[in-house]
Amino acid sequence: MSGGLGKLIRTLQIDTRLLGMIGAFIVISLVFHVATGGTFLTPRNLFTLTLQTASVAVMATGMVFVIVTRNIDLSIGSMLGIIGMLMGVIQVQILPDFLGFGNPAIWVITVVIGLLLGAAIGAFQGWLIGYLVIPSFIVTLGGLLIWRGGAWWVSKGTTISPLDPNFVMLGGASGTIGVTASWVLAIVGSILTVVFLINTRRKHISHDFAVKPLWAEYALGAILVAAICGITAIMNAYLVPTRILQRRFAAEGLEMPEGYTEAYGFPISVLIVLFVTIAMTVVAKKTRFGRYIFAMGGNPDAAELSGINTRMLTVKVFALMGALTAIAAVIASARLGSAGSSLGELDELRVIAAAVIGGTALAGGVGTIYGAILGALIMQALVSGMGMVGVDSPLQNMIVGGVLILAVWIDIIYRRKTGDA
Amino acid sequence: MSTPLLEMRNISIHFGGIKAVDDVSIDVMPGEVVGLLGHNGAGKSTLIKILSGAYKKDAGEIFVDGQKVEINSPIDARAHNIETIYQTLALSDNLDAASNLFLGREITTRFGLVDDTAMEAESRKIMARLNPNFQRFSEPVRSLSGGQRQSVAIARAVYFNARILIMDEPTAALGVHETAMVADLIKELKAQGLGIFLISHDTREMMDLCDRVSVMKNGQLIGTERVEDVTEDDILSMIIMGKNPKKAA
Repeated sequence: MSGGLGKLIRTLQIDTRLLGMIGAFIVISLVFHVATGGTFLTPRNLFTLTLQTASVAVMATGMVFVIVTRNIDLSIGSMLGIIGMLMGVIQVQILPDFLGFGNPAIWVITVVIGLLLGAAIGAFQGWLIGYLVIPSFIVTLGGLLIWRGGAWWVSKGTTISPLDPNFVMLGGASGTIGVTASWVLAIVGSILTVVFLINTRRKHISHDFAVKPLWAEYALGAILVAAICGITAIMNAYLVPTRILQRRFAAEGLEMPEGYTEAYGFPISVLIVLFVTIAMTVVAKKTRFGRYIFAMGGNPDAAELSGINTRMLTVKVFALMGALTAIAAVIASARLGSAGSSLGELDELRVIAAAVIGGTALAGGVGTIYGAILGALIMQALVSGMGMVGVDSPLQNMIVGGVLILAVWIDIIYRRKTGDA
Repeated sequence: MSTPLLEMRNISIHFGGIKAVDDVSIDVMPGEVVGLLGHNGAGKSTLIKILSGAYKKDAGEIFVDGQKVEINSPIDARAHNIETIYQTLALSDNLDAASNLFLGREITTRFGLVDDTAMEAESRKIMARLNPNFQRFSEPVRSLSGGQRQSVAIARAVYFNARILIMDEPTAALGVHETAMVADLIKELKAQGLGIFLISHDTREMMDLCDRVSVMKNGQLIGTERVEDVTEDDILSMIIMGKNPKKAA
């Protein structure tokens, strides 16, 4: 990159790959906005887009770790299916008999069991891969068949619905936190971001490291705060349809005041994605566990010689993938309000594509959490956009497939130019 | 004679039917450099990997300061202040210098998170001593030159107060200037009282740097001689013929 813009980006120390992906998302959005006659870039559609992306995005963060350690997990779609199914059975057919229908403990117990189940399945697959040295491709290909078969076996092909009303709120469509709480969150997030920037700068100065010029820090802070507030404003601009509000007032025996409006704010599922993203980024960048994942991906022998137990590390990575799949199962089944035995079908491919579009190298050692999230968003934007324009579903799949290959090719060229692997 | 800093006694290991190391004993005194010589496949690297915890021996004993120790993993070796610079350098190419230097022994903050700033500061300190020209701290080591990568590997071994240092072909990939730098470093560490095992193919270099040389062939120890007692030709014949000329004479 050359010229004034290139210099600006370097001074701000913004990842050019990140910019490229945001750019791709904006271009895709604008194209569909025009093609749909102005319905793509609306609060309503963007709200829906984030809801649809949530479950794949959560799993994509885990897939980054899996791929970074030179493995693959093809079983997550099926794992999502069986975990979603078992959580459905637990919350609909088992727990209400003991706790009574609608008991708030139901969703908590269900989610905890789901998480344990996911971590256990993942750990077992990781053990087969790490300790019995069966290739991850084979273990998880087996898992794909086994867990999907299991989901059908548990449900005998039926769909469990309706799910527990509290549980369903986790899916987002009917569980949003409202305008005020969304703004509070945005302000807290902005303050934390600024504090983080200041702390980093202080620390670097205390060790006599080179720091960015002060104006660049201000600019970066302003961009981040603007982004946080911008996203919040969009979520707060999507108004609850008047009919739904009228019904709600009617249910309480009240008359809806004239001109009353209410917005949704952040869906709970999107907040879960946000939390997972931050947590996984900290794990990747700031914990020994994360450091060892990348060390193992870069050179497994070197990691071993440094005293890292790469077998156990493999088990942990797959256990984490399983737990994240369970979170995704919560989001996916809660969003639909039901658990069917085909829930999560083909999700493994969407998740792998999201991670790879986000810059995760299949050769291992390289990948970012934010990249995977953006990759998931780009994929979903493409799919929903084409749906809105009226592209037939077989053609949609063909286009997504082409985009995946194109994205990886661009990534290869980018790496070659930057000398970055 | 005083107690060796480190002694490996009657070490054997086999892979399948092949005896890679067969009843070999070597030792090193404080402030001494012991060279290991032999053809490829003579068992030098295997012997050294037993000491660094990468392989588990089938038979034999290891003594540090005369005390018997068990080394079953790289962590055990490090606990006895045995540090290794591998021929392959054993660096994770995708990580930066500080992450490699501290791999497995990260500095953490009070919250248990890795403290990159502190690790980089420490890396800068040790690099200022070892290789003052080294400045590329935030780049993945893949983008560094052979000499720079070597300094990272050496820094990693030296930083943690090594008492016994194993250097497997430390100059194989280096230019003339960098080779001289490593030779100076070996002399400096020797003066500080470290015991060093040095593996190399370069007999002349070994004659210059080592106090004693141990020659191996087909997994067996041919002999250990003080460098002043033998000629380069004697060493070469030990390597090639597998016979100790002094004993034959």
